[in-house]
Amino acid sequence: MRFRTLAALAGALTLTLTGCAGGDPGGSSSRTVTYWLWDANQLPAYEACAKDFEKQNPDLDVQFTQLGWEDYWTKLTAGFISGTQPDVFTNHIQKFGQFAELKVLEPLDDLGIEDTDYQPGLASNWVAQDGHRYGAPKDWDTVSLFYNKKMVDDAGLSADDLGDLEWNPRDGGSFEKTIAHLTVDKNGRRGDEKGFDKNNVKVYGLATNGAGDGDGQTQWSPFTGSAGWSYTDKKRWGKEYRYDDKTFQSVIAWYFGLAKKGYLAPFTDWNSGLNQSNAQFAAGRAATAFDGAWMISTYAGFKGIDFGTARNPVGPTGKRATMMNGLADSVTKGARNKAGAKKWVAYLASDACQETVGKYGIVFPATPSGTDAAVAAYKKKGIDVSSFTTPVDDRKAYRTFSFPITDYAADVYALMHPAMQDVFGNGASPSRLDETNDQINLLLDQ
Amino acid sequence: MTVASSSPPTRLPLDGGAKEAERRPRRPLGDGALAALFVAPAMIGFAVFLLWPTLRGIWLSFTRFNLLTPPEWIGLANYERMINDPIFWGSLKVTVEYVFINIGVQTVAALAIAVLLQRLTQSSLLRAVVLTPYLMSNVVAGIVWLWMLDTQLGIGNEIIAAVGIDRIPFLADETWAIPTIAMINVWRHVGYTALLLFAGLQAIPNDMYEAARVDGASEWRMFTRITMPLLRPVLAVVLIMTVIGSFQVFDTVAVTTAGGPANATNVLQYYIYGSAFGRFQFGYASAMSVALLVVLSVITVVQYRITRAGQTDLG
Repeated sequence: MRFRTLAALAGALTLTLTGCAGGDPGGSSSRTVTYWLWDANQLPAYEACAKDFEKQNPDLDVQFTQLGWEDYWTKLTAGFISGTQPDVFTNHIQKFGQFAELKVLEPLDDLGIEDTDYQPGLASNWVAQDGHRYGAPKDWDTVSLFYNKKMVDDAGLSADDLGDLEWNPRDGGSFEKTIAHLTVDKNGRRGDEKGFDKNNVKVYGLATNGAGDGDGQTQWSPFTGSAGWSYTDKKRWGKEYRYDDKTFQSVIAWYFGLAKKGYLAPFTDWNSGLNQSNAQFAAGRAATAFDGAWMISTYAGFKGIDFGTARNPVGPTGKRATMMNGLADSVTKGARNKAGAKKWVAYLASDACQETVGKYGIVFPATPSGTDAAVAAYKKKGIDVSSFTTPVDDRKAYRTFSFPITDYAADVYALMHPAMQDVFGNGASPSRLDETNDQINLLLDQ
Repeated sequence: MTVASSSPPTRLPLDGGAKEAERRPRRPLGDGALAALFVAPAMIGFAVFLLWPTLRGIWLSFTRFNLLTPPEWIGLANYERMINDPIFWGSLKVTVEYVFINIGVQTVAALAIAVLLQRLTQSSLLRAVVLTPYLMSNVVAGIVWLWMLDTQLGIGNEIIAAVGIDRIPFLADETWAIPTIAMINVWRHVGYTALLLFAGLQAIPNDMYEAARVDGASEWRMFTRITMPLLRPVLAVVLIMTVIGSFQVFDTVAVTTAGGPANATNVLQYYIYGSAFGRFQFGYASAMSVALLVVLSVITVVQYRITRAGQTDLG
């Protein structure tokens, strides 16, 4: 009996444990520079860059790996642990703090990256608290309002109407009125008409992109930004988050309240994997959607849907607002070919490469000349991108802000991700974020 | 699952035992040494891949460790944090909820299928069909169900809406998410569980049923008085194994809800994974893994005792 109990225990032990497999060595040689990126749309553009780069450096060979967003970070993490990381990878500001903390990045101070060579703010975001640079600016993006032209026409609205909206957290202003008007229930009644059935909505005025975690980039950040709120006490590497701020919480209450009124698609309509706001837009389930510049070509690819983009609404501060985020290329500390990797990153950050990338019209490169090339390329495709570029060009009318850059970014995400879902999905009061904010600040205080 | 088997050592005389003995003057290996030889590969595998990682995991649970810098001993701090961590307790709660629904429904359904397979049909095609969901990978099954059950785009909800009922946010609502994930895994595992139970049923001598039938027993009476008591040891082992497996639900959650909405499906394994690979808190993740190990060990021993899994009433 005792042996059998032991055997059963051993069985439990066996089944409790999980294994993990090692990665492949990547087959690199001194000639090879391995490079990872997540956006499949951008792969051809960077391959074109690599071709030019290899022509100039015949002793180097850039090897690409493209992985979807989720797999990308999982594999990168596993790579850091097992020593199979790439030499160079596309880095996101949301992950930067953690990587800097873990000391897995190679300083790039000797690349001669100057703030003034790039669009404002892009280069300085990639300097860590130790004063070293760990990323070379690659591109930038802003968030803007995509709209379905036909639905807007049918509602008797014009592009100018959509570009001239204002909002406030009390009654939502003309923005709320407009998306209410764009909402249609299954009986064909609009959201601002009598007898509107908010429980049976056919077309939502605004698509949902989920609860937005701690950044709300394509969800609530255009509103919290134009209400004057900032994520942290300092522009970069702040020590205090401000999710307990009353202004912030009132904006959140108003924004998610739009779903209760039936104008914003509810949380249950959203799925991070398959039903993001662009999918709702493509399915004709939503008339408008806040989305990033990196999605322009995706929206352009929707068959049978003619779309336009409008500037974000003017907030209580009298300004429009958008997050302005930028990606960078980073070299890993464990890179096998550090010299080659740095050469490649320097080329990626150069006008030459960024202009090449710009010509593909899929993303805004970080250098002004690269940006110009992209704007021209979009224009050639018949896409007006001014609502994405105006925030950079017209600083008087627009406030731009960055992703929060702090220590413990992964922990902030882990705490805010469920907390915001609780507010949006379960109807918890935004004041509950006080507690989450305390937990976060306690971490940052360590 | 490890199956250890042993057979009596046999000597095959090649061309006459005597001749062989002459050529090989040394004594042949004794039974004990031979047994050790046979067991060695399994034991080495067990030690290297299971015992050592477990011991190391336990040790890591007393450290602060981010995998990239050396672990730092912090005593019981991870356990203190665990006890005060509401998310950990929430995870344990949803895991238990999941196990109850998953195992409850699965065991009853599997038992019904197994009995039907034994009493009603001899078709091996049908037996194979029952097993088919099990042949699909968990991740694929999860994604397919995620698509089918999506509130707006899923065919399941299209049907529900066509019938005139309100759409059900199966995986996007905190009340529905855990039962839905539990049912997805019931769908996938019920056939396999049924097959295990079916194998157990095959071991029950048919003459018992014949005798009962002669005495005029009904099908239900035969089930409660013959099938259930004699199936008990098999059922117990199946329960122990499925409960352990169920407690470790991970992949279905990872692909369908990623722990959400809020923390409604943040099962323990998922929380452990997120702490380790999302937040690089391997020490804390190890502590929670140890807690899971303890919970499972206790449950296994209790189950084993209660069900008397080691004894049979047969013969």
